[in-house]
Amino acid sequence: MFDKPILQIENLSKQYGEGCPHCQQKGAELERNFCPICKTVYACKDISFDLYEGEILGIVGESGSGKSTLMKSLYFDEEVTTGEGYLTHFGGGKENIFTQSGQQQRWIRNTLLGMVYQNPMLGLKMDFSSISNIAEKQIAAGNRNVDNMVTRSNELLDKVNIPINRSKEPPKNFSGGMQQRVQIAKALSSNPPILLLDEVTTGLDLSVQAAVLDLIKTIQRVLGISMIVVSHDLAVIRMLADRTVVMLNGQIIEEGLTDRILEDPAHPYTQQLVYSLL
Amino acid sequence: MNKFPFAFLDEQSKKEIRRAILKGVAIPGYQVPFASREMPIGRGWGTGGLQVTLALVGKEDVLKVIDQGSDESVNAVNIKKLVQDTTGIETTIHTSEATLIQTRHRIPEVPLRSDQILVLQVPEPEPLRPVERSEFKTKQLHAEKEYSGAWLLLFEQIMRYNQTTQGADYPVLVHDRYVMNPSPIPRFDNPKINNSDALMLFGAGREKKIYAVPPYTKVASIAFDDYPFEIERFEGKSCKVTGLSNIFLDEMTDEVTGETYYLCNDTSFMKEFLEKRGTVYVR
Repeated sequence: MFDKPILQIENLSKQYGEGCPHCQQKGAELERNFCPICKTVYACKDISFDLYEGEILGIVGESGSGKSTLMKSLYFDEEVTTGEGYLTHFGGGKENIFTQSGQQQRWIRNTLLGMVYQNPMLGLKMDFSSISNIAEKQIAAGNRNVDNMVTRSNELLDKVNIPINRSKEPPKNFSGGMQQRVQIAKALSSNPPILLLDEVTTGLDLSVQAAVLDLIKTIQRVLGISMIVVSHDLAVIRMLADRTVVMLNGQIIEEGLTDRILEDPAHPYTQQLVYSLL
Repeated sequence: MNKFPFAFLDEQSKKEIRRAILKGVAIPGYQVPFASREMPIGRGWGTGGLQVTLALVGKEDVLKVIDQGSDESVNAVNIKKLVQDTTGIETTIHTSEATLIQTRHRIPEVPLRSDQILVLQVPEPEPLRPVERSEFKTKQLHAEKEYSGAWLLLFEQIMRYNQTTQGADYPVLVHDRYVMNPSPIPRFDNPKINNSDALMLFGAGREKKIYAVPPYTKVASIAFDDYPFEIERFEGKSCKVTGLSNIFLDEMTDEVTGETYYLCNDTSFMKEFLEKRGTVYVR
């Protein structure tokens, strides 16, 4: 079904702290992902995965397992400690995106990636009109024609079911679900081949969650965008993801088709996670 | 006997400020940090411009100070007095006689020459501040020439009011490299910075920054393709006293009749115009 990887991540690690001889040993005993001696936090450790064209990859794990750090690293909000990443749309898939200059990384962010944060405050300018929020990525990608940007932004607002007559209202006037939809429209505004979604439905009530998930599914079907969806909610992963990786203490412990992971989990932690559903 | 050194500041301070100015001239539009001194006027009242003026002023200089186009406002007079008291130099209200002009909110109407220096007082030097609070990040954005924030501000104005409403401090791109706040001069004055004969220096005392536009530098006001930059227009209006209409006008109200009328904002320009005509304006 998916034959070409669009993003390849190899041995991505992100640590907070210098590390010490104890925690730098292979197989050192840590308290979860935290060194008890030097207090270094290994938020992500040797993460490797591929994202295929048109695929939705789910990342699941408990709080503190490193999911959000991984997403922030992919979107260059955090600098990785070590690791390599290759995008087929950048440098022919041969240049490590994590060692590029700030300018190049900003270009990748603005044109090849879209991000929807769990907290809309991180992804939107709450005092600016929604249409400006959406146009921001187009401006950053070099568009200098207002009419073009207005047309494109209105199209996107329509796509995410925000009434056009509210396009000039700031997101702070909107409900949580609408704010997430504005974020999705913004993430799509530069037509990126990859969309990163970090706990997009957390904090929303069930009916709004369903509407947002439905929207994401529709966008993926219509536009064929590849997506990485991070969630601690297995129902979200079940609904969206084709393939899923399970993270624990900053590491990937299991990877496979979502159905297989949820129906026949191999790792004891995944089994615990799947069977602990209320 | 004057108890202050020449031009108030000690020589080390002047040297440091001159170095910042030179760096600013070498990198047009780049904000150079400097150790802004305590001055005998409050921060926000022109201390940045004053320090630049004091670091540059020589015994042969003739100084003009204006505030909102007026030579006679309290702030302009006080700054002029401070410089004069500590240097003994001549002051003038005539733009063409001055070698050093310190100004707040205006560039004089009389075209400047290559032997003149214009010093502008700056309250907020950072054009990206409304979209980015962190100084660390704005420095990074300048380094990476990432100015979408400045464009976004204009876009938001167009969305809200169908036009750019930035009346003063309209951002400019200097030498195709740095986006710069030209200080709160009206849009009307922005084109005067482009390819100017005179050196233009900008001092922000509170924010501790100095920047410069050297003579004959390309300075373009940023604008979208379909919403071009426009200066303020005073169509159908003219100065009540001089009859001129191609200058920056102040809107005034007659206290007795309540009638609205317009006057030249640059008072010395108006005075010179009337003197040439052999008339005097009495309010």
